[in-house]
Amino acid sequence: MINLTLEILRRNAPDDSPHWESYDYSTQDENANVATALTELNHTLKNPVRWECSCLQKKCGACAMVINNRPRLACDTPLKDFKDSVKIEPLRKFPVIADLIVDRSILFENLKIMKLWFGEDAKTNGSQTAYEASRCLQCGCCLEICPNFFAGGDFSGMAAMIPAARLLTALPESQKKEIFKAYQKHVYEGCGKSLACRNVCPAGIEIDKLLVHSNAVAVWKRKFKHDK
Amino acid sequence: MQNVIIIGAGLAGISAAVTLAEQKISCSLISLQNSERAQSVLAEGGINAALNTMSENDTVQNHYEDTMKGGVFLADPNAVQNLTSHAPEIVRWLENLGVPFNMTDSDIMLRNFGGQKKKRTAYARSSTGKIIMTALIDEVRKHEASGLVQRFPHHQFIRLLLKDNICTGVRIQDSYTGKISDFSGTVLLCSGGMNGIFPGMTTGTTQNSGDVTATVFRQGVKLGNLEMLQYHPTTIGISGKRCLVTEAARGEGGRLYIMRNGQKYHFMEEKFPELGNLMPRDVVAREMFFVRREFGGEVFLDMTALPELTWQKKLSDLRQEIIHYLSLDPKSNPIPVREGIHYFMGGIDTDEFHRTNLKNLYAAGECTCQYHGANRLGGNSMLGALYGGRKSAETISQNFTEIPEVQEISGTDDIPPASPALIHEISQILLSGLGIVRNQDDLQNALNALEVLKNQREYSFYEQNRLLLAEAMLLSALERKESRGAHYREDYPDKDENFRKTTVSECDENHQVRISFRTIPEKRADS
Repeated sequence: MINLTLEILRRNAPDDSPHWESYDYSTQDENANVATALTELNHTLKNPVRWECSCLQKKCGACAMVINNRPRLACDTPLKDFKDSVKIEPLRKFPVIADLIVDRSILFENLKIMKLWFGEDAKTNGSQTAYEASRCLQCGCCLEICPNFFAGGDFSGMAAMIPAARLLTALPESQKKEIFKAYQKHVYEGCGKSLACRNVCPAGIEIDKLLVHSNAVAVWKRKFKHDK
Repeated sequence: MQNVIIIGAGLAGISAAVTLAEQKISCSLISLQNSERAQSVLAEGGINAALNTMSENDTVQNHYEDTMKGGVFLADPNAVQNLTSHAPEIVRWLENLGVPFNMTDSDIMLRNFGGQKKKRTAYARSSTGKIIMTALIDEVRKHEASGLVQRFPHHQFIRLLLKDNICTGVRIQDSYTGKISDFSGTVLLCSGGMNGIFPGMTTGTTQNSGDVTATVFRQGVKLGNLEMLQYHPTTIGISGKRCLVTEAARGEGGRLYIMRNGQKYHFMEEKFPELGNLMPRDVVAREMFFVRREFGGEVFLDMTALPELTWQKKLSDLRQEIIHYLSLDPKSNPIPVREGIHYFMGGIDTDEFHRTNLKNLYAAGECTCQYHGANRLGGNSMLGALYGGRKSAETISQNFTEIPEVQEISGTDDIPPASPALIHEISQILLSGLGIVRNQDDLQNALNALEVLKNQREYSFYEQNRLLLAEAMLLSALERKESRGAHYREDYPDKDENFRKTTVSECDENHQVRISFRTIPEKRADS
């Protein structure tokens, strides 16, 4: 039996000032997680807690939020890890819409700004790097923990580096100049290498390895080329 | 230039968006969440195409025959012919979008999958859906930048706009602001399966609520084969849902057994020596149900004999997932598995060109009744979504018609969602009739219980729609007095050629549900 107080930072609208509310929650399900708790809690509330979810098995990134001061997926946060209470609040780096929902559109805008797509046919030939980089959930946890990222800044964070890493395994010659330049500006120059992101990625992506690889392709090889 | 409105940004929706964009046709891509959150990212095992890269003399004809046979000849043969003949080209297209499929030394590697005698399933370890979606989302982004695709994330479908039985657009609501808007244009529904009708009991996502299907049904769109629910044989219970254990586990050598008199009984291998554990899903799920009923206890999936390299290169994600959720390493322990609702073969009734019964309204992906007949083969769902999205976009581009002017409205509207208590009640009634094994009494009792529920109180818009859809599902199963594919009637245990027809559900203006049967088209010589 799990008995917990859920402390949730709530607001009805973007402009409301947030306030904490506490809810008692108990369940027989020893494997229950924060997503289970929010779902069941909402069945009992007149004003349900607004939050986003979709797959409930840590494959879609929808339910990213800050749980006991750490960015995590609600569906990947077991309740048995907590004693007495758990603090749940929205991601802080993005505009809040209501309760635990934030507008993460900046993530997707940044990918557009960097023009992250293949301009022509490109085969990755089963590349392990391309595979690993394709697993990014675009959940925003890495940006939440990053000391260098803020919405509206030039640095797009690892949520842009990882999609770039997929393209860099097979980037057509015609795109190299532009993508390398964008990478340098929006990833390389902003990353302070705290690598805090590596410890919070819900998909367990080996961010440091991808970063080394991408820097090598997009920055260093280019520099060496210039040096020659 | 006319706009196409796509409801849903999963694999079918974005496949359609890319196809339209390639023809310089603009679209509005409307979805509750971004494509990264779509159910397509959960697809694991792979995508079927007769690429014949494994020296097994595979052909499109083989793929066609397996798909028709797997669906027990309830699918439209011309549509299946189109699907299977385009499959190799679609997988090559994905390869050219940079999808890192597992490779042999020189080409795309294929694995065994259920209901197919030849290796035909291209894959990226056991996260094929996610890996394909990433590449396609990048491709859509290119067209977003050029302005041909305009995304409307966090927008919810409310209803179709209709004028004289012609679809003229949709009413949608911004779930962030509550603002409602009417969009005019040709409409393509790619809204996914009806998981939300069975909350917590399927392998799918919470976002595929079934509300779109329920609403358009109420608005006069015909649905087909609603009785055909796919129970996937190997799922595990996790908090809040069923979690899929990919069919690739068996494709790579996993074996099912149950304990009988203290001995392991590999029931699939003994009963079906040819395909064994890789019989089509309907057969495996039913056999699991029967052996559990006979011998008690759980059915286990034994992957302990799989070679180390298979775990490393082909099923690494699956192993991590099972360890995470069951605290059992499948490399050294058989795992208990049960059948779980996984796919809806039935849905919006379309022809092979993806046209619905309403002019200017099209549908593709899991929300449709197309390609899979009475049982879908593993590896054919992503193919059906990709090809269906493409085919519907092609049909739309060839059939642009003038859309009457629509009054643009704006404002906010509070439309309450269906209450969780009612959703739960409906799902319990449906399950009591629509299990793996069905009969007249259970179905009639379920219908009676639904009738009682209907008369209990006044219901909101979404609630009424769900009640109508539930009734249509039960009536479809009641009227199909035979056993075929996923629909097994113990009171009619045999296949009946008279029922080799599509079950069509229709809701009239007075909200009366009617069931009829439609003849399946003959295969054309040229298809």
